Amino acid sequence: MTISIRSVEKKFGRYPALNQVDLEIADGELVALLGPSGSGKTTLLRTIAGLEFPDEGQVLFENEDVTFASAAARRVGFVFQQYALFKHMTVAKNIAFGLDVRKGKDKPNKAEIARRVDELLKLVELDGLGKRYPSQLSGGQRQRVALSRALAVQPSVLLLDEPFGALDATVRKSLRKELRRVHDATGVTTIFVTHDQEEALELADRVAILNAGRIEQIGTPDEVHDHPATPFVCGFVGEANRFEGVVSGQRFTAGPVVLAAPNAPDGEAVAFVRPHDLVLDAAGFPARVERVVIQGPLANIDASLPDGRRIDISVARDEAVQFTGEIRLSARRTHVFGV
Amino acid sequence: MAPFGARRRILDDDHPMTAETISMSRPPAARRPLFRRRSALPGFGLTLGVTLTILSLIVLIPLSAIAIKASSLSPAQFVAAAFSERAIAAYRLSFGAAFVAAVINGVFGVLTTWALVRYDFPGKSVVNALVDLPFALPTAVAGIALATLYSPNGWVGQYLTPLGIKAAYNPVGVTIALTFIGLPFVVRTLEPVMRDLSADVEEAAASLGAGRIDTILRVILPALGPAWLTGFALAFARGVGEYGSVIFIAGNMPYKSEIAPLLIIIQLEQFEYANAAAIALVMLGVSFLMLLIINAVQAWSRRFS
Repeated sequence: MTISIRSVEKKFGRYPALNQVDLEIADGELVALLGPSGSGKTTLLRTIAGLEFPDEGQVLFENEDVTFASAAARRVGFVFQQYALFKHMTVAKNIAFGLDVRKGKDKPNKAEIARRVDELLKLVELDGLGKRYPSQLSGGQRQRVALSRALAVQPSVLLLDEPFGALDATVRKSLRKELRRVHDATGVTTIFVTHDQEEALELADRVAILNAGRIEQIGTPDEVHDHPATPFVCGFVGEANRFEGVVSGQRFTAGPVVLAAPNAPDGEAVAFVRPHDLVLDAAGFPARVERVVIQGPLANIDASLPDGRRIDISVARDEAVQFTGEIRLSARRTHVFGV
Repeated sequence: MAPFGARRRILDDDHPMTAETISMSRPPAARRPLFRRRSALPGFGLTLGVTLTILSLIVLIPLSAIAIKASSLSPAQFVAAAFSERAIAAYRLSFGAAFVAAVINGVFGVLTTWALVRYDFPGKSVVNALVDLPFALPTAVAGIALATLYSPNGWVGQYLTPLGIKAAYNPVGVTIALTFIGLPFVVRTLEPVMRDLSADVEEAAASLGAGRIDTILRVILPALGPAWLTGFALAFARGVGEYGSVIFIAGNMPYKSEIAPLLIIIQLEQFEYANAAAIALVMLGVSFLMLLIINAVQAWSRRFS
């Protein structure tokens, strides 16, 4: 199912939640909507779901205008951050709900529903737990139930609102893999909202980065990380040291920091350097190592510039020994944006 | 003899020594409190002590006095007093009308709570306060007001009479009075639970294709079930014991519209204290049994939480 969002606007009171948002999602894609809280990512997801309706613009499913169609009519599967399971129903009843409420000839018979429930329980690796109540499950298991409940109606699109937000780190990681596996197994177009960039970059085919109701950039995880389109994306996706300074003659200068800025126009600018793009270079700018923290295979180095500002450097653990006392640095890659 | 606890340790068949070794190497345990688990929450002794004292003074001792007083009757006298035709008619009216009133409140209480919790409308705080009025109003005032309104030539009663409905001085009047005093119990019990129902759950139902009716019947009402039962039980219990508001509207005709609490008063006025206690004892037993049943139903309906 392809999904097109065309110039969608939505205001809550006077506060614009979505501002001229355009987004095209291809059939079978797994897309992440990434942004800080208040960026409009959840509103966009709910607009696609039919749980919110835009003030302006259109939502199209497979070229059909569904802008004002109800959630039920759109056949979307929606997974909520807090699971939103029906507490008074068993796991099996929860999963069967979407089929149970169908009327007339659309409603599958009991045996068929039971078979479908079993199938879904297997898919999310919860076989045998059908008779439990949601309160008897762990958070991760509940979210799996919510996922299979959404999948039971064979939705045209699966929408997940911060699906792993309420779970602890280890469960989150395994469920992430699980979602990717389920997506690949079912091939259903999937959109999920997250504020966790690691989650978005690891899981999604494409990532849309939202800020203040606008889409700042949409692209593959590599694209948004390596070729950020805006200063916001550069600062939000991945770690970055930020410098405010001036470009003149393809050189960016901010106090003691001098960086190569090929093809950047002269004038005031902000520059971003990823911690892992900083390397030792006798011809570079000076800095002093304050602290070295080993994190698994990496060493994170906390250094200070002559003007007192701090920068972060990240290198392979073996190279950490070279980072002591006064050092000189240059950047392998710099992202410079004019202001 | 093995120390307490050793028996409960599961002995592994393959390594019968392991468990024994562990228990041998354990340092002697500190003294364990006799009948409760250690808890970081202070005040257990004090609060339980006060609770038991108050319960004894206010509830248990007066209630046992009823039993003691009633036991001064011989079995034959007891049966004659407690199960006379008049008494049985009174029980039937008291429990029956209280039940019907609680059912009515169960239905309209849900609707009232729904309106109060889910919508904003002008005058909401006034409606909210009105719901509590039956709690605060002296019951006799309520009784007189209801009797005046519903009597055959009262404001409401005059329109009911041509329809052949007699709403005062009969069991219908009793039910009206009990409905009046029971409403806030249902509303105030349901309110916090309905407020806590998350919008998520309804949205989930909608996204799965459920219509509004299905969402209400299959998702919202079942989630309210336990709280509804509590409200129902409270309204019912209050109705069984209600006296002040009922006697003005009931008409108080023996065998027809005489409630059991009134019958007790009548016995007292005739200095038949033991007979009064016998009737009271029956009411006590039936009430206790019904509350017990309702609690059991409630426990069952909470099986999912």
